[in-house]
Amino acid sequence: MKTEYKIIADIIENNSSVLDVGCDDGTLMEFLKANKNTNIRGIEISKEKVQTCIAKGLTVIEGNAEYDLKQFPNDSFDYVVLGQTLQAFVNPELVIKELLRVGKKAIVTIPNFGHWRVRLDLLIKGSMPITNSLPHDWYNTPNIHMCTIKDFVKFSEIIGFKIFKSLALKNKNISNISNSNLFFKNLFGELGIFLIEK
Amino acid sequence: MNNKENIKTLIIEKPLKLDCGQTISNFPLAYETFGTLNENKDNAILVCHALTGDQFVTGINPITKKDGWWAYAVGPNKSIDTNKYFVICANVLGGCMGSFGPSHENPKTKKIYGTDFPVITINDMVNAQINLLDFFGIEKLFSVVGGSMGGMQVLQFVSNFPDRTRTAVPIACTSNHSAQNIAFNELGRQAIAADHNWLDGNYTSKNTVPEKGLSVARMAAHITYLSKKGLQEKFGRKLQERDDLKFGFDADFQIESYLRYQGSVFVDRFDANSYLYITRAMDYFDLIKQFNGNLSNAFKNTKTKFFIISFTSDWLYPTQENKEIVIALNAISANVGFVEIESDKGHDSFLLDVPDFLKALKNFLDKSFIEKL
Repeated sequence: MKTEYKIIADIIENNSSVLDVGCDDGTLMEFLKANKNTNIRGIEISKEKVQTCIAKGLTVIEGNAEYDLKQFPNDSFDYVVLGQTLQAFVNPELVIKELLRVGKKAIVTIPNFGHWRVRLDLLIKGSMPITNSLPHDWYNTPNIHMCTIKDFVKFSEIIGFKIFKSLALKNKNISNISNSNLFFKNLFGELGIFLIEK
Repeated sequence: MNNKENIKTLIIEKPLKLDCGQTISNFPLAYETFGTLNENKDNAILVCHALTGDQFVTGINPITKKDGWWAYAVGPNKSIDTNKYFVICANVLGGCMGSFGPSHENPKTKKIYGTDFPVITINDMVNAQINLLDFFGIEKLFSVVGGSMGGMQVLQFVSNFPDRTRTAVPIACTSNHSAQNIAFNELGRQAIAADHNWLDGNYTSKNTVPEKGLSVARMAAHITYLSKKGLQEKFGRKLQERDDLKFGFDADFQIESYLRYQGSVFVDRFDANSYLYITRAMDYFDLIKQFNGNLSNAFKNTKTKFFIISFTSDWLYPTQENKEIVIALNAISANVGFVEIESDKGHDSFLLDVPDFLKALKNFLDKSFIEKL
């Protein structure tokens, strides 16, 4: 399983209720259900992936987080998870606010656009970067609102949410992000993982 | 409609107070079962049929000699696997396949009820069917499943009996009939009433049947079960056994011939008065109003796990109306899954060979069945 999922699972406390937004094929949901005894639900936009989740016995709603989160009352879940999809929404600000309304806490992961390889690509080639985690061309990418780890930290101040835990993932190695090392984590981290609260 | 000796019937002695105010008792509820009830009595699925369905869900219908109406979904190794589950289906109250309905004799007048039969609601249908659970000694169903009007019964069932089913699968349905739904039903009823053989519902005593009216009602309804795209692909402007237009009003087009055929076979198996009563029950269905404008309240006492299914091309009970049920359930943190199945086959998709639908239904049931309680 992806290291990212293991980290998310470590953050989540046992016996809690979780909503996985953009739950994909349900890999994380299955893991949380089996290992953390969570009461877990998913939202997924792809019909095919919803079918995969149903075949795994997972409770999933076909839908789009941008429109369908509003049906959940405040604090419906202990945690709401958003894995590497914030950048694909038309309105990430609204989605973050909705995550924090529906969940008591939210776990958000972002592919870091501040990684040195991305920066170098743009600097040297002068073209939009294409990397392992960002494999699309600019004209067909679903990632329309890329941000860096640093941007997300700044975003928390602008929107006014608290970051309880921030981790950077690099080659399956995990490290804490702090004010003092933000510059380096933003340069070398491939993925940022944040536990946030309103 | 002969061979009624093939119909199993439960006589319900206990008085049932209907929504219209009347109370009925000692009335028959016709049913059929498939598969075997296990020792723990925890593998039962109640299937609820739609407007023109009956208790003969699968296998050969002993009355019509045709395949059961849900043969694609129900049977050994199918979505509702009769090797695993004990399937019960009752002919609805007001129906014409053995259950108490307008074609029965009124013991007081010794005449066929006709339109003297009390108006039935979805709630009444469900309250009659619960007697079957008691009859079989089933404390809790594994699931209650149904499409269209069957789905309405599923919703009403969970609302009325929140702890008598583990799971519920309402398919291609709605929590209340829209103006458009009522309009189409009224068209059908008016077609029946306009047939001079209907005789205000007393046709049986005069040994006649309002065939034309019932058949037009069926034709109109049938169009609403299909999608424009599906019709276009199947029929287009193809002509019926002729090379050119005949400049008359015979069935020149295949679609005309098809609809006429659908109408004609329907009158052989369905009672016109039952059609009036059951369409009325659907029109009166309004679970939102029953709970003072808040659909969530219909389900607030239940731990039932829901799985809601809609179809992209269903314009009779479109996805949005199905989603409103999902939203109401999420609002009270109920356990609900939802999928919209891609299909060109319109509302009828749930009755047809739509692999994605059949797969989703099977997976949901089989996985939920083995889930620890």
